[in-house]
Amino acid sequence: MEIPEEEFLAPGHRACAGCGATIGVRLALKMLGENTVAVSATGCLEVITTPYPETAWKIPWIHVAFENAAAVASGVERALKSQGKSDVNVVAFAGDGGTADIGLQALSGAMERGHNIIYICYDNEAYMNTGVQRSGATPYGASTTTSPHGKESFGEDKPKKNIPMIMAAHGVPYVATASISYPEDFMNKVKKAKETDGPAYIHLHQPCTTGWGYDPSKTIELGRLAVETGSWILYEIVDGEFKVTYRPMQRKPVNVYLESQKRFKHLADEEKERIQNYVDQICAELKI
Amino acid sequence: MIKVISANRALAEAVRLARPQVIPVYPITPQTSISEYLASFVADGDLKAEYIRVESEHSAISAAVGASGTGVRTFTATSSQGLALMHEILFAAAGLRNPIVMGNANRALSAPLSIWNDQQDSISQRDSGWMQFFAENAQEALDFVIQAYKISENKDVLLPSMICIDGFILTHTVEPVNIPDQEDVDNFLPTYQPKHAYLDPKDPMSLGTFTDPDYYMEARYDMEVAMERAKEVIRTVNKEFEEVFGRKYDLVENYRCEDAEIILVAMGSICGTIKAVIDDLREKGEKVGLLKVIAFRPFPQEDIYQAVKNAHRIAVLDKNISFSIGGVLYNEIKAKIDVDASSFILGLGGRDVSPEDIINIIKQTRNPTEPDVITWVGLKEEE
Repeated sequence: MEIPEEEFLAPGHRACAGCGATIGVRLALKMLGENTVAVSATGCLEVITTPYPETAWKIPWIHVAFENAAAVASGVERALKSQGKSDVNVVAFAGDGGTADIGLQALSGAMERGHNIIYICYDNEAYMNTGVQRSGATPYGASTTTSPHGKESFGEDKPKKNIPMIMAAHGVPYVATASISYPEDFMNKVKKAKETDGPAYIHLHQPCTTGWGYDPSKTIELGRLAVETGSWILYEIVDGEFKVTYRPMQRKPVNVYLESQKRFKHLADEEKERIQNYVDQICAELKI
Repeated sequence: MIKVISANRALAEAVRLARPQVIPVYPITPQTSISEYLASFVADGDLKAEYIRVESEHSAISAAVGASGTGVRTFTATSSQGLALMHEILFAAAGLRNPIVMGNANRALSAPLSIWNDQQDSISQRDSGWMQFFAENAQEALDFVIQAYKISENKDVLLPSMICIDGFILTHTVEPVNIPDQEDVDNFLPTYQPKHAYLDPKDPMSLGTFTDPDYYMEARYDMEVAMERAKEVIRTVNKEFEEVFGRKYDLVENYRCEDAEIILVAMGSICGTIKAVIDDLREKGEKVGLLKVIAFRPFPQEDIYQAVKNAHRIAVLDKNISFSIGGVLYNEIKAKIDVDASSFILGLGGRDVSPEDIINIIKQTRNPTEPDVITWVGLKEEE
């Protein structure tokens, strides 16, 4: 795969060392190119890339609020259409909180209306911008500041909300999951999303060094472990056709993934086993 | 062309004439027919606009901000609960300096749930950075929308406008309205071409950035300066409008105030009732007048002062309540102008205000029983 040299997210922004979100945005923008307008929800990405009077965005960019990235993108898309600029890509970036929780209504509305937008959820599995609070996308067993482990608790007690499938249920022409640790797979999906006539949704898994508790040098490694253990599955749904886009040669035990992060360190064998069984069940259905 | 139509229809006709390119809108009583008229204009090809059937008012105003930020003229409309749901984004629209124009059908806020008129909804958005214009009748609803675009889009202003029309009393009542010619409106209102902020890949900008304490206050101060400057822009636009369309407006309307001993101060449709009462009383030799506040924001304190300075006493009529302090318009006038004033809370949740109520207000203002008392007009005795 030919990866364009040009960068549309400039270096020097305020992200943590080892930030997965900015890697995802860089890769996405390489595929979307300069003829793109970006919309951001409030969150890490917005805060780290636009400390006034500086900006890391080399393409036009707008942020309005936390829960409305999809609605703002709807307005941008229609305004561009009315100006005769339907060739401009409109991409929305929102975190898992801005997507799975507070932004779900606006996202559902935009998807159902069929706007020609690309919505990328950068999923680090908690509210990282405000210091690791639990979101609907936080996985089972994770300890966060609002789902802490303790004498009476093993952390988050609900499985991760399945947003890509909720998007698929909207009947949108392109839905995909991706990981920053599989850049070709992700960029290929961005390319398909760009070429899709109508709404496209990509759910991008991205490790967070501060929120997950691991060394910043291990971001890509952690993303890989998520996929290699079957904890995160890479697939796409094109016009309703489901296809797994990457199958690990041999699935690693989930424990390898769990033990390399502080957020799961507290888990007893019983919960780890429950997580392994849950992963096994899903992978069996998908023959992974 | 004169047509007998409701204020909702008049407002929709004004929107058609103003040619917005994007209209994200969500229906709510008593605004709904605005959404419907605009949908049919677009469906019939009478209005070339992108009509977005959003899933909530929050998304209506969010999409409006996105569209206006992209650089096109944008309209939306709402009422009451819908306006309250927009609250967060109203501040963003103003802060992003989006010259959006919005119609608001004034309706009470829940609880208890009421679909009927008062002005609590828009008054509660007082500090959002939006200009607010209150219409007395359907003609004003139409005229204010057309002028609002010109005021909001002025480079010295660049703040959004809210056109407030009393729910049902105006929104669902028909009266003769002069609908201007498209050509005249096109000449009066040129295409919106923003220079300050827009989303265009040929000239990338970042809008709505994160701002630390070194810059935030300046951004807010700029809005304050713009809101003050808007007063002069409104007067200029009012004059230009009068030259083309023959109807004269200002930040306030003085109705028989010149030698008035008692002046009522009010906003919106109630001014029609008050004018009728004043005409009757004037026939009987009573020196009474009305100061109609059209622009609630920017707040026309100097205009109000000039109109009321020679009156013995004024009565301020509020269709809203700020609990434990009283009517908002009353308190704002008292804060800025040294004038003897009585405060009346009335018409909440659609409670009818009759000419007799107005006569009693005037009587009570002429002979105040005690200073600074707040009178709730037509309040039922506890059973």
